[in-house]
Amino acid sequence: MTYRFDYSWIAEYWPVILKGLVTTVELTLIGTLFGVALGIACAWTRSLGPRWLRPPVVAYVELIRNTPFLIQLFFIFFGLPSLGVQMTEFQAAVLAMVINLGAYSGEIIRAGIEATPRGQFEAGASLAMTRFETFRHVVLIPALQRIWPALSSQIVIVMLGSSVVSQIAAEDITFAANFIQSRTFRAFESYFLTTGLYLLLALALRQALRGVGRMLFPRRAAR
Amino acid sequence: MMTFTLWDILRNLLLAARWTVLLSLVSFIGGGLLGMALLYLRIGKARAGQIFVQGYVELFQGTPLLMQLFLAFFGLGLFGIDVPAWLAAGLALILWTAAFLVEIWRGCVESVARGQWEASASLGMGYVQQMRYVILPQAVRVAVPPTVGFSVQVVKGTALTSIIGFVELSKAGTVVTNATFEPFTVYGLVALIYFALCWPLSKSSQILERKLNVAHRNH
Repeated sequence: MTYRFDYSWIAEYWPVILKGLVTTVELTLIGTLFGVALGIACAWTRSLGPRWLRPPVVAYVELIRNTPFLIQLFFIFFGLPSLGVQMTEFQAAVLAMVINLGAYSGEIIRAGIEATPRGQFEAGASLAMTRFETFRHVVLIPALQRIWPALSSQIVIVMLGSSVVSQIAAEDITFAANFIQSRTFRAFESYFLTTGLYLLLALALRQALRGVGRMLFPRRAAR
Repeated sequence: MMTFTLWDILRNLLLAARWTVLLSLVSFIGGGLLGMALLYLRIGKARAGQIFVQGYVELFQGTPLLMQLFLAFFGLGLFGIDVPAWLAAGLALILWTAAFLVEIWRGCVESVARGQWEASASLGMGYVQQMRYVILPQAVRVAVPPTVGFSVQVVKGTALTSIIGFVELSKAGTVVTNATFEPFTVYGLVALIYFALCWPLSKSSQILERKLNVAHRNH
């Protein structure tokens, strides 16, 4: 192989990559916060909420989990404007990520809630807590603690999956890579570099989530 | 201007969906075979093999599938081959699938209780016999539901190959949209076709889990 790697373009293009990195991190942060919130709402509905609300939530979860993220993104960005819903690339990307993570994390969190022993609900009630207080203090936090590793992996998967938003021209890391390769024709180098960035980002995100877990659940679960 | 009926759109999408199915099958079977080879290294006794597979898994699970597709597409080109999209797509998906399957299967092998190893060793069985008669039959039972479940991820993963130019269901969706200017209908139909492919797999994974888990229900 006589190919010579050429990274001389970095001096000129590093701001593009940096901007992409910032966008990917922003997308992940916002998507995770709202996605997990939506997931908690779904999990509550499916395990404790009103019966009539359950079928629509099941339909939502099944539909999202059985279709590709790319198609969800295209449907939101290209399809919804024909219903009069207009949004920017960034907004569409965030919305798609929230909807996607909401469905997955809902299933994960539900498993955590359903593993709660019945006695916990009764203990909460005996302390004169309302149903909401019991859910908030007694059920949800231990449930999240139980499924935190699974939820963390799903968040990392969603972060990696966000590379697809470059296809609607949201300016993330992959968009930067596409941009650079179209200007410099150094396709392999630019994708190689950005793949490395994603790998570092995934490792950092995993560590960060472990830290968040330690912060949210300072006490070990009593067994 | 030409007008397109719903049937025109659906027919074209369904024709393209054949390629989604074919690519999914190739990736799943190829990834499964490679995954088995990696599993052999991962649960084997050689330290170097274990570290290699750990690194492999970390690399492929820690980077986006889209990037792997790009690297396969442009990386193979470095060797001076004219790379067709299907080759890069198949290669990247096989490598990616193997990385996930080997982790799923490793968990299943490790879920077999330690006492089973000790009991079979006390019967004078060697490593191969232990695997063949005691460990694998139990591990396979545990492995079937998550493996079927993962096949859904493979089908959905094939959607990304449209980005490097492989014409399957997603790409057909884009092409048909550009001709009909009806993104809402077209992408809605594309989503429904994916759902029709994936949902039976998800459901059967759940049912299998319930059926095959009978032995462990009372523990």
